[in-house]
Amino acid sequence: MSDLMKVSSNPHVRSKTDTSNIMLTVVIALLPAAGFGIYNFGLDALILILVTVASTVLTEFVFEKLCKRKVTIGDYSAVVTGLLLAMNLPASAPWWIGAVGGVFAILVVKMLFGGLGQNFMNPALGGRCFLLISFTSIMTNFDCDAYAGATPLASLKSGEAVNILDMVIGRTAGTIGETSMIAILIGACILILMGIIDLRIPGSYIVSFVIFVSVFGRHGFDWAYISAHLAGGGLMLGAFFMATDYVTRPITKNGQYLFGILLGVLTGIFRIFGPSSEGVSYAIIIGNLLVPLIEKITRPTAFGKGGVRA
Amino acid sequence: MNSAKERLVNGIVKENPTFVLMLGMCPTLAVTTSAVNGLGMGLTTMVVLALSNVFISLLRNIIPDKVRIPAFIVIIASFVTVVELLLQGYIPFLYDALGIYIPLIVVNCIILGRAEAYAYKNPVLPSLFDGIGMGLGFSVALTCIGAVRELLGAGEIFGIHVMPDSFVPVSIFIMAPGAFFVLALLTAIQNKVKINGEKKGKDMSRIQSGCGNDCMNCADAGCAHRLYDEKAGGTNGGQIKEGEKNG
Repeated sequence: MSDLMKVSSNPHVRSKTDTSNIMLTVVIALLPAAGFGIYNFGLDALILILVTVASTVLTEFVFEKLCKRKVTIGDYSAVVTGLLLAMNLPASAPWWIGAVGGVFAILVVKMLFGGLGQNFMNPALGGRCFLLISFTSIMTNFDCDAYAGATPLASLKSGEAVNILDMVIGRTAGTIGETSMIAILIGACILILMGIIDLRIPGSYIVSFVIFVSVFGRHGFDWAYISAHLAGGGLMLGAFFMATDYVTRPITKNGQYLFGILLGVLTGIFRIFGPSSEGVSYAIIIGNLLVPLIEKITRPTAFGKGGVRA
Repeated sequence: MNSAKERLVNGIVKENPTFVLMLGMCPTLAVTTSAVNGLGMGLTTMVVLALSNVFISLLRNIIPDKVRIPAFIVIIASFVTVVELLLQGYIPFLYDALGIYIPLIVVNCIILGRAEAYAYKNPVLPSLFDGIGMGLGFSVALTCIGAVRELLGAGEIFGIHVMPDSFVPVSIFIMAPGAFFVLALLTAIQNKVKINGEKKGKDMSRIQSGCGNDCMNCADAGCAHRLYDEKAGGTNGGQIKEGEKNG
């Protein structure tokens, strides 16, 4: 009887994964795209990224200090928000755009609703859409030293030819982080291999988007047209990094498939029938708002509930 | 307590229809794109409110209880029509700016609310001042919201350019979402002032609750029950703490 058996209460499975680990992995996964953006657009992009990240972290810090709450900037979620927001800005934007967007994203979208885990909408996208509505001309000005003129999606919409190889590599006009499909996919692979995200939402998003475009795109199943749509704009960045945000995606598996399909259809509608050439941000934001409803209809039945009584 | 001054203060501060009672949100959010529009809407509503309060109070012993709502609407609609035609004739720019929201004053819940809660049960003179007080409170609130939105969204106040040239207008503030942001912000400031006042030992509870200490004429029947809940720990506070735990 000398060997005492240790009996402890659950949880029995422990892991070192916590919020700051996950967020740090996301930051690392975003670095290829950010790095390519800086390489592509030059010093302006670097300054904008730094200002935006500083603005989100500082806003969270100041708000929590003022409200005498626990300071949570150590979980890196504000860094992720800032980085994602900067990825969604054009490199030609002045630095204060990043600062204003960062303050809005953290203060209004995240902290006022209760901080991490309570926000109903992706803070980075909320910030981007705030900027897009407020400063439309600045936010849609993609002219810079390297590339002049329209984004590939805008050219595609007006019926001009686009170079798909350039779009996949990222040598096109656009926001800082969205242009390079390869860099984003490298980051996505990191996230998937580390088990941070799975393919349910990105997969159903992209598949439903492809189906929508081939049905309603007026080009039929034209592979060049579809791949231009996939490589262009913020679709990849949105599908892998923003639609999969833990806080604002559905919890249930079926809900996640439904969420992805919804995003694909909405993005298709905005891109093909809408007045603007891009629609990923609005699609994800509207999807975020519908998450409570999606969870309501996909809630699994508890064991022993429902069914037919024998 | 039916004195004119008490009624005016009640309308502007204690039961401010916008920031405290949260009534009449439709015109509040829709027309406050500039300070002038807010002021115009507020004063227009005030005129209708004062006149309809007076007439409903005059007729309160004649109108049968069962058909009082249709009777109120007829009286209010008459005054709205008068005011609409006057605006169209004499202040056409305001008429154009306010558009559909002038005829919609008929269904403004502040006016119907004051008719039901006050004018129908009180003499003429207090009802007149109640209407003016509520109308002034509404005007002040709408002008504030309009001024903030105009300042941020266009860099102007009452059409006068005040921001430095380097200021880039945040045009979301003169669109629909900006109305919600500014309304929430101003309401939050008002609540903060109230909480600070309470800390200094003043009894400000009635400012927030919209309670005029007038239970006879109060439409809020669940009030006594809610006061009990607040004393027992506060329903709202409890929910917020729950949320933090879950996070």
